[in-house]
Amino acid sequence: MPDMKEKFAQLDQAIQELKDQPGALMPVLQRAQNIFGCVSLDVQKRIAEGLGVTLSEVYGVATFYAQFSLVPSGKYVISVCLGTACYVKGSQKVLDRLSEELGIPVGGTTRDGLFTLNATRCLGACGLAPVMTINEEVYGRLVPDDIPGILAKYKE
Amino acid sequence: MDIYRAHVLCCGGTGCTSSGSAQIIERFEQKIKEAGLEKEVKVVRTGCFGLCEAGPVVIVYPEGTFYSRVKVEDVDEIVSEHLLKGRHVQHLVYTDHATHEQNANKGLQDINFYKHQKRVALRNCGVIDPENIDEYLAFDGYKALEKALTSMTREQVIDEILKSGLRGRGGGGFPTGLKWKFTYSSQADQKYVACNADEGDPGAFMDRSVLEGDPHCVLEAMAIAGYAIGASEGYIYVRAEYPIAVKRLEIAIAQAHEYGLLGENIFGTGFNFDIKIRLGAGAFVCGEETALMRSIEGKRGEPTPRPPFPAVKGLFGKPTMLNNVETYANVAQIILKGADWFASMGTEKSKGTKVFALGGKINNTGLVEVPMGTPLRTIIYDIGGGIPNGKKFKAVQTGGPSGGCLPAELLDTPVDYDNLIAAGSMMGSGGMIVMDEDNCMVDIARFFLDFTVDESCGKCTPCRVGTRRMLEILERIVNGKGEEGDIERLEELANTIKSTALCGLGQTAPNPVLSTLKFFRSEYEAHIREKRCPAHHCRALLHYVINPDLCRGCTACTRVCPVEAISGELRKPHQIDTSKCLKCGACAEKCKFHAITRE
Repeated sequence: MPDMKEKFAQLDQAIQELKDQPGALMPVLQRAQNIFGCVSLDVQKRIAEGLGVTLSEVYGVATFYAQFSLVPSGKYVISVCLGTACYVKGSQKVLDRLSEELGIPVGGTTRDGLFTLNATRCLGACGLAPVMTINEEVYGRLVPDDIPGILAKYKE
Repeated sequence: MDIYRAHVLCCGGTGCTSSGSAQIIERFEQKIKEAGLEKEVKVVRTGCFGLCEAGPVVIVYPEGTFYSRVKVEDVDEIVSEHLLKGRHVQHLVYTDHATHEQNANKGLQDINFYKHQKRVALRNCGVIDPENIDEYLAFDGYKALEKALTSMTREQVIDEILKSGLRGRGGGGFPTGLKWKFTYSSQADQKYVACNADEGDPGAFMDRSVLEGDPHCVLEAMAIAGYAIGASEGYIYVRAEYPIAVKRLEIAIAQAHEYGLLGENIFGTGFNFDIKIRLGAGAFVCGEETALMRSIEGKRGEPTPRPPFPAVKGLFGKPTMLNNVETYANVAQIILKGADWFASMGTEKSKGTKVFALGGKINNTGLVEVPMGTPLRTIIYDIGGGIPNGKKFKAVQTGGPSGGCLPAELLDTPVDYDNLIAAGSMMGSGGMIVMDEDNCMVDIARFFLDFTVDESCGKCTPCRVGTRRMLEILERIVNGKGEEGDIERLEELANTIKSTALCGLGQTAPNPVLSTLKFFRSEYEAHIREKRCPAHHCRALLHYVINPDLCRGCTACTRVCPVEAISGELRKPHQIDTSKCLKCGACAEKCKFHAITRE
């Protein structure tokens, strides 16, 4: 796939740019996550070679942090805030409804690759609780009945 | 410099941006231009005003008219009425929750939410444009750095911080001046200054607001700290979940370089200082200082035992001084106005002010800064406007997953580090979540344990295994399967974890359970012995009933029930078959006659 070739070239460039700074592994993984949408084993191998560290070290760091995923996410990533302010205002019910409507558990991706459903920690928009984001778009002051209408917008 | 007759301040914090303030700002600029006012009226994108509940917020000066929940469509009216004709747009003016007062001539300081506040760390938030260094400079910006570098010795700077009584705002409350002194005393070829902006407590967003609203104040304080302890490099470790904060920090660092306020030979004194940003990647434990430094080093963010303390052996093995964002936000003011000024605010052992993120079941969700020692009641009722929908206050949670829940009897507690610990909670970074009668305290304890289990790094056994066992017991209890002896088992586990876990996260993880057991023990007992949830929250323990006196037999409920658990003849009272009922609550929501209740 020429597309992947280009992405790996971008990764190599990021490694070159960052490898001399102390503690380069995290920033490199963050760039890789942005380039590929995930850090699969192939990507981790390339990073290990590029930075001169063992694959186990790269894997250890990649699996430690929630932000790095080893498998690709759906086109639309839904993140429901389960921070305290949202939780006491009923975000669990919003999450349950999403899980029901999409037919996937939390952390899952729909078969068509359209949606990934995540529960996230505080998004910091407590004034809008309960809150969820779909990619960059923020939805606030939600009730479970808002969900079907919102999802419909993305299914078109 | 251009002089404008009016300024339109729009909040560009995360809360207001989430509800469309960027589009509002754009529309203002466009409409003002169309009206030919671009030389008379200036639009400023500021940091957070604090009253997030009322967002998106717009303030028009010189009058100080406070418009709340503004929509893009409202902009045209504000421009044509207020800016062109000088008339307030009455229906958009902020209405006080408690008094229902709506006064366009009231300045910010006269609004109940702001009246009891004292802004030190947040002084510039919502006042200046955080992306313009000139505005920070106009508000005495970098004057403290100049004063420290040109007229104070390193020892004098440390002494001033020590005398002020400033304590770490990240939650621990360790005296900041001592930390500076220890790092100053360490001998090394290289030292580091670090800023903890990995604000992970769910429901806390003070640090984010400071970084978004006044990023230069953190940079200035870090440079002062660098001078004091003898470091030429600083790191800010910030959550990747805060994109606006990261962007504004990047802009601020670039501008400070351009003005020679960071970089080499600052103020011609030969002092060099530079700051780098490092992004977190979603690990709560990285808010712990040793874990944070491992993460900056590019490793797994696992805590390491102390000693050695970071002041001796920290980042890359060098002495490191790590402070929280809000702690830094106080530093420049202390250097400028003096330790005595700062120490005049607060209580005997907790000086200055503290920022709280007020959220949950409260009318005025938002950011609040008050002098230490302000009673919880003042914060929740006078500033927060009390509990919405006529519900009863039940508890206030402070300190996030490390803290506890305090009941109504303790509402008159003056808030400071020591009082909160004595009451069974802790200051934490400043999250303050209010709960009402509908919140089940056992479920809240379960919620926090679920958080800790998820975020435990797994390095030490008490935290990795112990918190999981506690969570299992709590899950059993909320599901109606609690057993006699569960409370005692929870207490034993809690005390063991407290005394044996490696880091602060583990040691404080049992606090939400211990504090709810202390103040709301009867709720645990009701779940276990009577299989009843007093707050009617825990699904497994409640059932829906139809009041035959109120039911009109309209069949709305039978049609909405997904499992056909409701039966009855038309226009006659219906019944719910509890063996079929899923307790989804759809029927109660649908009933127009309030005939269906949870018991």
